[in-house]
Amino acid sequence: MSAVLDNLPIYVTGLAWTLLLTLIAGSVSLLAGTLLAAARISPVPLLRAGGALYVHVLRNTPITIVFFFAAFVLPQLGISLSYFTFAVIALSLYYTAFFCEAVRAGINAVSPGQAEAARAIGLGFGQTLCHVILPQALRSVVPPLINVLIALIKSTAVASAFGVAELLSNAEALANAESNAVLWVLGATCLFYLLLTVPAGLLASYLEAKLVFNS
Amino acid sequence: MQFAVEGAPAPATAGRDPLIVLAGVNKFYGSHHVLRDVDLSIERGEVVVLIGPSGSGKSTLCRTINRLESIQSGRITIDRQALPEEGAELARLRSEVGMVFQSFNLFAHMTLLQNVTLGPIKVRGLRRADAEEKAMALLERVGVGGHAHKLPSQISGGQQQRAAIARALAMEPKAMLFDEPTSALDPEMINEVLDVMRGLADSGMTMIVVTHEMGFARSAAHRVVFMDQGSILEDAPPAAFFENPRCERARDFLSKIITH
Ligand SMILES: Nc1ncnc2c1ncn2[C@@H]1O[C@H](COP(=O)(O)OP(=O)(O)OP(=O)(O)O)[C@@H](O)[C@H]1O
Ligand SMILES: [Mg+2]
Repeated sequence: MSAVLDNLPIYVTGLAWTLLLTLIAGSVSLLAGTLLAAARISPVPLLRAGGALYVHVLRNTPITIVFFFAAFVLPQLGISLSYFTFAVIALSLYYTAFFCEAVRAGINAVSPGQAEAARAIGLGFGQTLCHVILPQALRSVVPPLINVLIALIKSTAVASAFGVAELLSNAEALANAESNAVLWVLGATCLFYLLLTVPAGLLASYLEAKLVFNS
Repeated sequence: MQFAVEGAPAPATAGRDPLIVLAGVNKFYGSHHVLRDVDLSIERGEVVVLIGPSGSGKSTLCRTINRLESIQSGRITIDRQALPEEGAELARLRSEVGMVFQSFNLFAHMTLLQNVTLGPIKVRGLRRADAEEKAMALLERVGVGGHAHKLPSQISGGQQQRAAIARALAMEPKAMLFDEPTSALDPEMINEVLDVMRGLADSGMTMIVVTHEMGFARSAAHRVVFMDQGSILEDAPPAAFFENPRCERARDFLSKIITH
């Protein structure tokens, strides 16, 4: 127990790094995922095919491989960045595919008549998407997006293996130092993850109930 | 609102410069031949009612006229301009033909006013204040001015369809397409929509109307076009068509809908 309480600051810095990683990778991949979803429904066949290929490759690759790629292959190509940045890149690449599919499911839930009416008054593809489709897709898409975010939070733990001092790697360091209290240390680590993921999950259920009720 | 009675007078077509021309149009869905060598030309100010059995290609014909669907062969011109394949130019030209759908398709997340102003602001580049002033006038004209700040889900189907007509009119289209505009409505709301359409016809709008409302066809149409299996089989003034349909399939079709 004291192994946890005495080292609270270490947890808190770990938590802060996890949050930062989540925030940056989450924003980047949400934005990129939305663009990729737009590509996947665009009238341009090449964009559709490229988008589909990206999603299928990334979704079916273990995230650890994506991390390996970012942390070991990119430096070989002469790109030298901090491990934190590599972790951001890896998480963003990976979760772009998942955010894309969540957004695309939301888009598909909007009645096709809406896009048709938008095209009929002369709106282009981008305008139809921005003004008509996405605002309506957002309602059904928020809960699945939060679920992707939760998965992302949990995946930040993989960054520990690549030298980022986020929550899990700080906990590992602690566990090594306080070897007789490993159980406590890891238990507390779980608790800190839950601190992030449980509220997110509750928010998702709350929004789900609220949005379904409103529509 | 005026009512035209017993077959509207023919529009002035002195110069014969048709607004909409389809020539040899063929459309396939995969191997399914949906429009077969369709020739149709529509004068300015003309009201054409398109009828035919389910699956005969009426909706497809409407949708090809403003390129919501592409065609495999033939030519479609609006005001002598051929529609381009895709892209920004197509989007602009598309807005010159207004479209009204069976299921209204008002933008569900926007008020009626926002529905009507979206196109003028985003496509025509109108200032918001100007677009809103024009939109209010149109909403008043179709009788839903009092609901301008409501969402589509808060008003009746008849009111939604009238607002959808206002939305299409806001683009100042050269022609209007109506694809079964009253088929999704409760009976008591059908007339309020047909009245708006009659008013529009009387004001000289060029209209293509797919409908099962034979009363409307008789009183407001200049021509009735009968389609079956992707072909135009008959094209006649309403009186001639209803009194004396020439082809067997048209007679068959009429006997079925009139008993209903
Ligand atoms: N998107 C599509 N893909 C494949 N086939 C289609 C598609 N849309 C329509 N069809 C087919 O094309 C034919 C013509 O359809 P269309 O909707 O134009 O008929 P319609 O005359 O409007 O019929 P209804 O009175 O039922 O509305 C039908 O056989 C239909 O099954
Ligand atoms: Mg139809």
